[in-house]
Amino acid sequence: MPTANPAGRGLLRFLTCGSVDDGKSTLIGRLLYETRVVFDDHIDAVTRASRRHGTTGEDVDLALLVDGLEAEREQGITIDVAYRYFATARRKFIVADTPGHEQYTRNMATGASNSDLAVLLVDARKGVLPQTRRHAYIAHLLGIRQVVVAINKIDLVDFDQARFDAIEADFRRFAEGLRFQAMVVIPLSARYGDNLTERSPRTPWYAGPTLLGHLETVPVDQDLAALPFRMPVQWVNRPNLDFRGLSGTIAGGRVRPGDAVVVAASGQGTTVARIVTADGDRDRADAGEAVTLTFAEEIDASRGDVIAAPDARPEVSDQFAAHVVWMHEAPLYPGRPYLLKAGARTVTATVSEIKHRVDVNSLSHLAAKELHLNEIGFCNLSLSAPIAFDPYEANRETGGFILIDRLSNATLGAGMISFGLRRATNIHWQALDVDKLARAAMKGQKPGILWFTGLSGAGKSTVANLVEKKLLAEGRHTYVLDGDNVRHGLNRDLGFTETDRIENIRRVAETAKLFVDAGLIVLVSFISPFRSERRMARELVEADEFIEVFVDTPIDECRKRDPKGLYAKADAGQIKNFTGIDSPYEPPENPELRIDTTSATPDALASRIVEELRRRGIIG
Amino acid sequence: MTIDRSSHLKRLEDESIHIMREVAAEFRNPVMLYSIGKDSSVMLHLAMKAFFPAKPPFPLLHVDTTWKFREMIRFRDETARRLGLRLIVHTNPDGLARNVNPFEHGSSYYTHVMKTEALKQALTAHGFDAAFGGARRDEEASRAKERIFSFRSASHGWDPKNQRPELWHLYNTRIAPGESIRVFPLSNWTELDIWEYIRAEEIPIVPLYFAAERPVVERDGMLILADDDRLPLDPGQRPQPRLVRFRTLGCYPLTAATESPAATLDEIVREIMDARRSERSGRLIDHDEQSSMERKKREGYF
Repeated sequence: MPTANPAGRGLLRFLTCGSVDDGKSTLIGRLLYETRVVFDDHIDAVTRASRRHGTTGEDVDLALLVDGLEAEREQGITIDVAYRYFATARRKFIVADTPGHEQYTRNMATGASNSDLAVLLVDARKGVLPQTRRHAYIAHLLGIRQVVVAINKIDLVDFDQARFDAIEADFRRFAEGLRFQAMVVIPLSARYGDNLTERSPRTPWYAGPTLLGHLETVPVDQDLAALPFRMPVQWVNRPNLDFRGLSGTIAGGRVRPGDAVVVAASGQGTTVARIVTADGDRDRADAGEAVTLTFAEEIDASRGDVIAAPDARPEVSDQFAAHVVWMHEAPLYPGRPYLLKAGARTVTATVSEIKHRVDVNSLSHLAAKELHLNEIGFCNLSLSAPIAFDPYEANRETGGFILIDRLSNATLGAGMISFGLRRATNIHWQALDVDKLARAAMKGQKPGILWFTGLSGAGKSTVANLVEKKLLAEGRHTYVLDGDNVRHGLNRDLGFTETDRIENIRRVAETAKLFVDAGLIVLVSFISPFRSERRMARELVEADEFIEVFVDTPIDECRKRDPKGLYAKADAGQIKNFTGIDSPYEPPENPELRIDTTSATPDALASRIVEELRRRGIIG
Repeated sequence: MTIDRSSHLKRLEDESIHIMREVAAEFRNPVMLYSIGKDSSVMLHLAMKAFFPAKPPFPLLHVDTTWKFREMIRFRDETARRLGLRLIVHTNPDGLARNVNPFEHGSSYYTHVMKTEALKQALTAHGFDAAFGGARRDEEASRAKERIFSFRSASHGWDPKNQRPELWHLYNTRIAPGESIRVFPLSNWTELDIWEYIRAEEIPIVPLYFAAERPVVERDGMLILADDDRLPLDPGQRPQPRLVRFRTLGCYPLTAATESPAATLDEIVREIMDARRSERSGRLIDHDEQSSMERKKREGYF
């Protein structure tokens, strides 16, 4: 590999995508081979593996250079994103190899998020497939503006120009709506190397660039430095009392000492004093650079804040609309609380509404109540606190976010923000002079929620009623929210699907919160099968105001009691989504109280709960 | 010579610094695995830059198998002293007591006990919730698919089929108590990038990387340096002086030297560009069985 200026090569990150057997891995294997990245001992290993797993007969199967993991070798497909590296005299390349399997949209979105360009492979024999359209759409959605359509296996259609032209026309028709900045279509044989690094004599009718020639010269910097200045604060650098700097990677624009900047959320302004790096102070830093800034006047900013240009600020809102790519087996449900990470900020967020789902094959919009693995939806999101952001189209770094499960910590999805929802900024909290402490003091009690959870027939309502009687006898002011009763009124429009169960609990939790605000002791008696909704209810009120009571009655005992005859019906298949039978119950991990209805009378259990309220100072 | 601001090296440097700051900000108790090799030297250099003028807010951890080259140990102690960093050295006491060594126990078992197990002991004992490693994706096929933030279960295992999607520069750093994350800030660097960066930034490295006459013996076609008198010799076998250097450094009985006259960084860079064998071909442990790296990683190896 000749290197004219080894310290000055540029960098191009691209991804390859295509359907199964389009020859992606072979293409990358050949690029690595041709640019001499492949070492002899790797070739030896692949030659050994070709005999076991290869699909090319006696030839060395170059795809095996790329298919890394054991499981993949055995299945003969790439199952995850793999990153590969090669360099020429002009550029270093980072290739994200993403699978073509229908169910692996998430991997492609992952690979695309950091790529400047996409190579879409099309099998010359098969033409543009639904997956080709899907890949083009995802590339577009993730902000890739440069596309190469590689019409591969051109040798298998006898290097036929008419076939090539037909596929190109087909693709261009589809891609019209996707607004790619630049698109190049190349006839290719990854297996034999035609038009890869050198123009092939077997396609004399083709006058365009070779694949590598194009990758080496395509302009890619969509000039991030020309965007308005943004720096999410990652880390506060404070080695001693004399130095306080804010460290971060510039996400857009450039900065110089003397520039006026603001903290996006607070609007507080200051002037950049120094750009500090280990290699000495800088007189300018551009997008992509990791720096530490100090300021003329100290500002109140820490991790999660965004430092921005005062005349072109990011939006600040706790509600916005975004495209969400769902990446997890458990579906997205509107109303369920997730963690949202954007820049260096993590907040709680819920999808308040799925406006529509995108059918990635036809690009049409479909109605959706939930979002499943590998589906893409256009959603409204509502956050627990405002964040600073830009539309994703304007800036990928400040417009993208991920969603994380609060219990398993799995990464569930990724989002691209379209625009802030203005109404959020116009609804302000009305501050009230009489507060809940004043109201509760009048009654000589502290307000709180006793949240009874457990299977149907566990004895929740029975015990809750007894607790209320005892409290009333003591002169306490209480209220019971009972699952069955609430479903006759407030929640009568809701059914028993997971989506509706989540909304059911959300409304009850919000109602309970209002009663707490009124100074009451609220007894909530709901099956409430999901941990995440119970946690949401818990987080609506103060930490000492929520007492989770796990009515822990085994399902066999509940079935035996069956006070409403529901188990009999569910077992007969007459009721669907019945908790404990065909819908899960997630028991609390750390309830404040766990009661066993098989070893004590309801009255004794109610007395125990009243004592616990006394111990906790809810009642005197 | 410093690096060009628009170059690929500068972009790699920025990305690595971003990753390190993210770890410092989000984890309670991070540590940097320091293996003394060229990649560790680059990683440490980047850490010094990432937190300047502060010191890196985490200690270094070296898992000492007691079979490292003596020059490596000297270099390790000098480096920690020069940079004023806290260095934790851990050896598996059980393996030490049983005198587990690469000659009698085989490289596979030896590596498991003295490296993988030792590492897990140290991580558990100190309660580290994040550990930086210098691995690069271009080294080996199973590493090419590992995330930059790579989740580990409470027993330090890796599940290649259940990795968190990693988009943009947004890293999911959340873990439950007992779990941890291995972080690879050099994921996108290649061997050539490492050498070009060492040359441009004048980063100190162990002298074994440079060619010199050293006493070696030949074993199964590999040149092994007789670093001390623990190396068993065949009857009549004498270490012979040869002009050699190392492309990668590990335990001396398991790390082959290559015959090379490259005695300067320029010569090394030129040699890497012309190389026809990968750097890990000098690592004896990788050849034990096919897919051996993936298996080791699932068990908790770095």
